[in-house]
Amino acid sequence: MMEITLTHYLVLSTVLFMIGLIGVMRRKNLLMLFFATEILLNSVNIALVAISHFYGDFTGQMFAFFIIAIAASEVAVGLGLLVLWFKRFNTIDLDNMTQMKG
Amino acid sequence: MEMFLYIALFAPLVGSLTAGLFGASKKTLFAGVFASGMLFASFISSLLLLIQVLQGNTYHVEMMTWIATGDFYVPFGFVVNSVTITMMMVVTTVSTVVHVYAIGYMDHDKAFNRFFAYLSAFVFSMMILVMSDNLLGLFIGWEGVGVCSWLLIGFWYHKESATWAANEAFIMNRIADLAMLVGIFTLYWNMGTISYDGIFAQVAIADHDMLVVAAGFLFVGAMGKSAQFPLHTWLADAMEGPTPVSALIHAATMVTAGVYLVVRMNPLYDLVPEVGYIIASLGAFVAMFAASMALVNRDMKRIIAYSTLSQLGYMFVAAGLGAYWVALFHLMAHAFFKALLFLGAGNVMHAMSDELDPFKMGGLQKVMPYTFWMMTLASIALAGLFPFAGFFSKDLILEVAFVEHHYILYTVLLITAGLTAFYSFRLAFLIFLGEERYKLFGFHPHEAYKYMIVAMSPLLILAIIAGFLFKGTYYEMVTGAITGILPSLEYHVHNHTVYWIMTIGTQLFVIAAIVYAYKKYIDAKIDKKVEEGFFYQLLFNQYYIPKIYDEVFSKPYAELSKMCWKLDNAVVDATVDGIAGVFYGTAKKTHTMQDGNLSSMLKWMVAGLVTMLIFAALVVSGDTIYVILQTYVAPVLEAVVGMIKSIGH
Amino acid sequence: MFEFLAFYLFAFLTIAMFYITVTTSHSLYALTALAAGMIFISAFYFMLNADFMGVVQLIVYAGAVMALYSFGMMFFDTTRELHEKKTSSVVVFTLAIMATLITVAMIAAPVIGGNIEAYNPIIEGVGNSQQIGLVLFTKYLVPFEVAAVMLLVAMIAGIVMAGKKMDDSYSELSEEEIDAKEAEVVA
Repeated sequence: MMEITLTHYLVLSTVLFMIGLIGVMRRKNLLMLFFATEILLNSVNIALVAISHFYGDFTGQMFAFFIIAIAASEVAVGLGLLVLWFKRFNTIDLDNMTQMKG
Repeated sequence: MEMFLYIALFAPLVGSLTAGLFGASKKTLFAGVFASGMLFASFISSLLLLIQVLQGNTYHVEMMTWIATGDFYVPFGFVVNSVTITMMMVVTTVSTVVHVYAIGYMDHDKAFNRFFAYLSAFVFSMMILVMSDNLLGLFIGWEGVGVCSWLLIGFWYHKESATWAANEAFIMNRIADLAMLVGIFTLYWNMGTISYDGIFAQVAIADHDMLVVAAGFLFVGAMGKSAQFPLHTWLADAMEGPTPVSALIHAATMVTAGVYLVVRMNPLYDLVPEVGYIIASLGAFVAMFAASMALVNRDMKRIIAYSTLSQLGYMFVAAGLGAYWVALFHLMAHAFFKALLFLGAGNVMHAMSDELDPFKMGGLQKVMPYTFWMMTLASIALAGLFPFAGFFSKDLILEVAFVEHHYILYTVLLITAGLTAFYSFRLAFLIFLGEERYKLFGFHPHEAYKYMIVAMSPLLILAIIAGFLFKGTYYEMVTGAITGILPSLEYHVHNHTVYWIMTIGTQLFVIAAIVYAYKKYIDAKIDKKVEEGFFYQLLFNQYYIPKIYDEVFSKPYAELSKMCWKLDNAVVDATVDGIAGVFYGTAKKTHTMQDGNLSSMLKWMVAGLVTMLIFAALVVSGDTIYVILQTYVAPVLEAVVGMIKSIGH
Repeated sequence: MFEFLAFYLFAFLTIAMFYITVTTSHSLYALTALAAGMIFISAFYFMLNADFMGVVQLIVYAGAVMALYSFGMMFFDTTRELHEKKTSSVVVFTLAIMATLITVAMIAAPVIGGNIEAYNPIIEGVGNSQQIGLVLFTKYLVPFEVAAVMLLVAMIAGIVMAGKKMDDSYSELSEEEIDAKEAEVVA
């Protein structure tokens, strides 16, 4: 256990992913939901960079880089939509957002 | 020369398709004229081919391959030999005349174009039947004429009786076709080929019983087409169709297809004389049977239909006794005068606004002289008086029966000849001579159009001269050394005295019958007592056979169909509806999955993700996961179990 | 030794922060915890010799994304506690655990199997940023350009969604008209 191997990083990534999934499933506030999504993306990033490091391959870091770019633009658009929704309906509680029922 | 073969074969098809283009339009004279023109081209081609055959050439072409699977090879092949060319001439001559006649007859009909399409299609099918060089090609033509007959009998399909008659004809034909197919299968199974040449080559060495079976089944098929007992009821009912149809199909061509089949397969039937004798006996029976029903009938076209049936019996007697050329000759002569009779009846019907009861007519000679002479001369030919065509063909059959020592058959045929003369002239006298009864019923008859009379005249001429002019040439052609394919049996009554007694006696008997008919029907008196008598009723109702068929076959079958329909509803429909119901129920239950709540949908998403991951993990890296489980999970589990055990102590 | 300590420290901190993010009912605490988590994750990147990634993480996530979320938070009353309807914890936990275990098993399988080959090998001695530059602008050029277009699209989307009606173009109106418009809006 003295040496930090790839396994440690993968386990860490797993735990973070689990936390992210719990957040996604549990949270009823749209903004909190976005937070949980960020956690998911970050856990994957850690796994990618770790593998890249331990196997001497740049592909992992490239992937992580693009994921960060995508996450950023996703936040921008998502927040814009959230603001519009709030302006219209004055609530961002998921339980009240059942327009797509059926 | 092959070009003429193809013209003769396909010109009717071209005419049919062209007329069919106008099928849904109003009457266009072009359709009728074009179809008739195509038929005339076919006639000319057949004539040219006839000249060639008379000079000793036969033609055998293979147009293209039809079936070539394994050992089974069937081409679209056509052959023109002496028998074929005889049939071709008969078919094309009568068809051309009928087409031109029909232009006038169907003048006021709305479905004028459709009629010519069907009629020409029929001629095309008949040509295929006649010209084919193998049994399957014949069967195609056989079915084709059956279908066209159905289309034409039920031409006025708004009439319930017409559609019923068409269905009856087609279904009866189908039943017989089943037997014919069995016959064809038997031949193929045992001989490995269904072309005429192939069969005839092997027929001498084939097993006798197999030949009996094959010949028998083929004849049953012929029975359906030629309306022999017991498959005869459709022919009389087929008179529901327009008169040109009756003239063409039910006098000259389709019903003779059965006789043609027997004549064509003569090497086969020569080897099984017992089947031939059965055929002859059945033919004689039908001849008498039909003639008896025609004696009392009050429907003009039905009388002529029964007359056809009776003459078909004659042909089968000849064919059954091995006198194939005689049968074919009678076929040819009969076609001419019977078609002429039907067309004349058509004229009368047209004049009398489709009235069929001869008792309502009378004295039409004054108004329709041409028709009168045509029908009378045709009736004389039918009765078999010298020197008209009927004498040379019908009396020849009587001679055949006598010479072959089948005296019972001879007697039956002789009596039938008398009956034939009687009812033919009964019809003629009732319609044309005597008082003008039609005036009481308010009819205003007039003669047919001039061109219709002109169209009928070739038939008249042929009916008169076909006997003495053609017999020699014909005999030489079909039985002679070069082109003959029928056995050349000459039938001579050796004793000259007997011969002359027979011939003159027959003629006197026939003339006596005519005179009797004249005396009886010139006043058109209806004898009430006779009418209520048992025999009259029996004959008038066609021996109640149609009723029997209805009770024994039609009604139970209808009940069976109803039962099957119920079964179909309960089982098949229920199954299909059940399957649909399962889907519908599943959908209703899983409908709650889509409640529009993002949170629950995310949970579903993760659940789906888990499912797919399990799948992928097992498929992709199952073995490695197993290793992982072994190296990491197993020790942990063992440790946990150990701990629980130690706690337990 | 140093690495060992660093790893476990930051791991503990990250997990704690993210746990707070998903479970707390104070929205402001959740935001703060998320920001802290982001920063701790960048520490991992530095530990893994991915310097460029670590810096990008700090700039983009901890800087830009968190700023965006903060502005989004402005709309909401942060003193009020979030009342969320209770959901079935069993289902949630089960699903989450199962999903993660299987994912890890799938990822670890080739690792344990040992059949990984490097497509873009890391060269020792050259700086991380320099190597990233080399790989990014040669082998990953097209995704780079596409990502640029995507960012442009996101920016335009954000402007269009948040902005007010833009029927009139200010650059084409004169000074008086603009003043009249402004007075209208105020009134």
